[in-house]
Amino acid sequence: MPLIRNFPFFCIMLSMICGISSAMLPGKIARKVTVVLAAVVAALNTALLVHLMQAGESYHYLMGHFPAPWGNEIRIGPLEALLCVLFSIVLMFSALGGMYRLKRQVDPKKENTVCVMLDLVLAGTLSMLYTNDLFTGYVFIEIMTLASCALIMCRQNGRTMVSAMRYMIMSLLGSGMTLMAIMLTYTLTGHLLIENIREAVTALYVSGQYRAPLTVTIGLFFVGLGIKSALFPFHTWLADAYGYSTPAASATLSSIVSKAYILLLMKIFVRMIGMDVVRGLHLNDLLFVFGIIAMIMGSLSAMHSHDLRRMVAYSSVAQIGYIYAGMGMGIEAGLVAAVYHIMIHSAAKSSLFISSSELADVSSGSKRFSDLRGAGKRSPLAGVCFTISAMSLVGVPVLGGFISKLVFSEAAFQYGGIHMWVMLLALALSTLLNVLYLMKTVITLYRPARDGMEYTVEKPDTAGVCAMVGFVVLNVLLGVLSQPILTVIRTGLQLFA
Amino acid sequence: MKKNDSLWQRLCALDEVSWENPLDQQLTAATTDEPDSELRRRAPLEFAIAEAQHEEMRETLYTEEQLKVSTLHSWVGRKGKKWLDAAYRLTAILFCLVIVTFLMTTVVQLPPFGAVDNPTNNEVAQRYLEKGLEETGAVNMVAGMILDYRAFDTFGESTVLFVAACSVLLLLKLGEHSDDEPSPAMLEAEWDDRHHEPKNDAILQMAARILVPIILLFGMYVVLAGHLGPGGGFSGGAVMGAGLILYLNAFGFQKTGRFFTYKTFRWVTFLALMTYALLKSYSFFCGANHLESGIPLGTPGAILSSGLILPLNICVGMIVMCTMYAFYTLFRKGGM
Repeated sequence: MPLIRNFPFFCIMLSMICGISSAMLPGKIARKVTVVLAAVVAALNTALLVHLMQAGESYHYLMGHFPAPWGNEIRIGPLEALLCVLFSIVLMFSALGGMYRLKRQVDPKKENTVCVMLDLVLAGTLSMLYTNDLFTGYVFIEIMTLASCALIMCRQNGRTMVSAMRYMIMSLLGSGMTLMAIMLTYTLTGHLLIENIREAVTALYVSGQYRAPLTVTIGLFFVGLGIKSALFPFHTWLADAYGYSTPAASATLSSIVSKAYILLLMKIFVRMIGMDVVRGLHLNDLLFVFGIIAMIMGSLSAMHSHDLRRMVAYSSVAQIGYIYAGMGMGIEAGLVAAVYHIMIHSAAKSSLFISSSELADVSSGSKRFSDLRGAGKRSPLAGVCFTISAMSLVGVPVLGGFISKLVFSEAAFQYGGIHMWVMLLALALSTLLNVLYLMKTVITLYRPARDGMEYTVEKPDTAGVCAMVGFVVLNVLLGVLSQPILTVIRTGLQLFA
Repeated sequence: MKKNDSLWQRLCALDEVSWENPLDQQLTAATTDEPDSELRRRAPLEFAIAEAQHEEMRETLYTEEQLKVSTLHSWVGRKGKKWLDAAYRLTAILFCLVIVTFLMTTVVQLPPFGAVDNPTNNEVAQRYLEKGLEETGAVNMVAGMILDYRAFDTFGESTVLFVAACSVLLLLKLGEHSDDEPSPAMLEAEWDDRHHEPKNDAILQMAARILVPIILLFGMYVVLAGHLGPGGGFSGGAVMGAGLILYLNAFGFQKTGRFFTYKTFRWVTFLALMTYALLKSYSFFCGANHLESGIPLGTPGAILSSGLILPLNICVGMIVMCTMYAFYTLFRKGGM
């Protein structure tokens, strides 16, 4: 096996080892380790992506001496490699951009523990993307759940404690449902390996045996992972968890952790159960309906909030709705749109979180809109970063959000029927709402400051500047390079299924 | 303004500018502080009367409104809240019942437990049982399964324990000011601990003196013989952790601190996890690239056999023990 095919294994083990060693390192070095680790993972996966696109194939990698149904195994294709590249870059910039505030908001002796959590979140994301085994997926769900809780509460004040508690309860409920679903799957099929389950499930579906348990299993997977990825009716933990934790934590949680759960769900639906079976049981309509409701309700909640960070948090609910609606169409074009939207949202949301905390900093630490007036002038870079990512989410041409909305509508046209009209209407309405609350914020940032207010403006730290410049470039690149990225996603999805 | 208008509408009409009513319009124009207001200049007396009437009307409406609001408020506070609570509970109970029904129906329809032709009795379990001994060298099939066939999952599980310990550390560990001086929070926790926990209890100490060595020894046996019989790192580690906690309860932090401190905890956990990661990385790498790992399996049944399973069991045991002990001490006084 060529060395390059060992890279996914290297990435997982490297991030686990870095996470474990960070517990022993002083905070300053641990932070650097996290950033370098993310950069290395991004580089390795880029090489792998190029290699896999040239070869045009995906492959299995044994984790040990025993072949798949007996031993552990991971599976890597272009789609997984692409997403790993993006997530590690986003993690790197989030860690960079959040560093300065991490220093102020976290007890200096516990800073390294936060880095442990960030490293392990990366490890968990990589493993969840690569895994070809349901149980391995579950183990890393557990790691991610605990690490996310720790990330929320690392800034120790009353609000983060309450929100971490709430997150913990909801998230454990989700994990429990997922575990139940895994047990049911194992009982019905006798396998944990994804390909074997696919065979068994298809056979079960064709024979019509165990129809009800099968439906309940799929439903449990959907609700369990839906709770964990903040799908609309299960999103109540989200605003507090993202709104009050340190910016690095909110950026990581919103753009990496929740996306990893969605991708695991996608893996389960597309590869493990098969979209034909899901469509046959009409469960994809469930995803579609929930997604459409989330698209509207998320934006409405975002409009109601008076706090910048909470608004950005609520807007995640709407964007996650897009992703679920895309998946719910159950056709390849819908999945392509969903994956592309995951990428766009991941880049834009993390940059919104990082830049909004910078903007709050130059407004005497307040996140209320009335105090944020003129913040874009006081911190020009953060203003530009916020504007670009907000524009990307709204769907201004050239930027990613526009392309993603285009891909969504194409998928809707391809699907036809009532779904098409619902999707198009929801897209239009949601875009309108996005414009209302995001552009209102952008305008607020550039309005003259309130009379008589004096703000102390510190020079932004170098790491923060790097992160924000990086985010701007990333957001623009995702839009400009949309065609190659979409090609990779299409190839990847064909190899994925 | 008609009588049959709702109270709310009338109030709105007064508070906002009501453009339908010319008198109001004039009044609004007049009450602004413009000195050359037409009305004020032409008929100061009429203006004053109109203004007084307006004020009076506003006042009555305001009291009326307040009364209504307060009645509503108290209703919501007393009865409404009760009803809402009751409705909420009822919905929650119904919802749970629906879910329970769904899940129970599912369970009833599952393949019968232990039947021969269940889907779970397939080639996977068959190979574990038939070839397990030969391939892993472990007499205990479970050890062979979790630490050799599926060692990656178990590495993940050990990391879950590590993450949990780290999270509790992050939440509960009280920090020192400098390296020597305890912080006020630590002193308070220390006092609390002294106050509430038994100190120098003769019966407990005697029992611990007899039991702790036996417990620790048994724990070590369970860990070390994990590949030969029932046991392994997870169960043995839990036993050893319980032994440590008993010792701590009997003899207090100072005596335990002579051999197990925060530093020990950190180093043991770190070294155990690192050993696991490095050993298994080597084995995974060899396996994936189809290389011979050169790790001897030994004679099944001997204590030094079954390749990496013994060292891995020791690592897992150490991690479990440390995590249990750390949970106990952190929840008790936020430090070790």
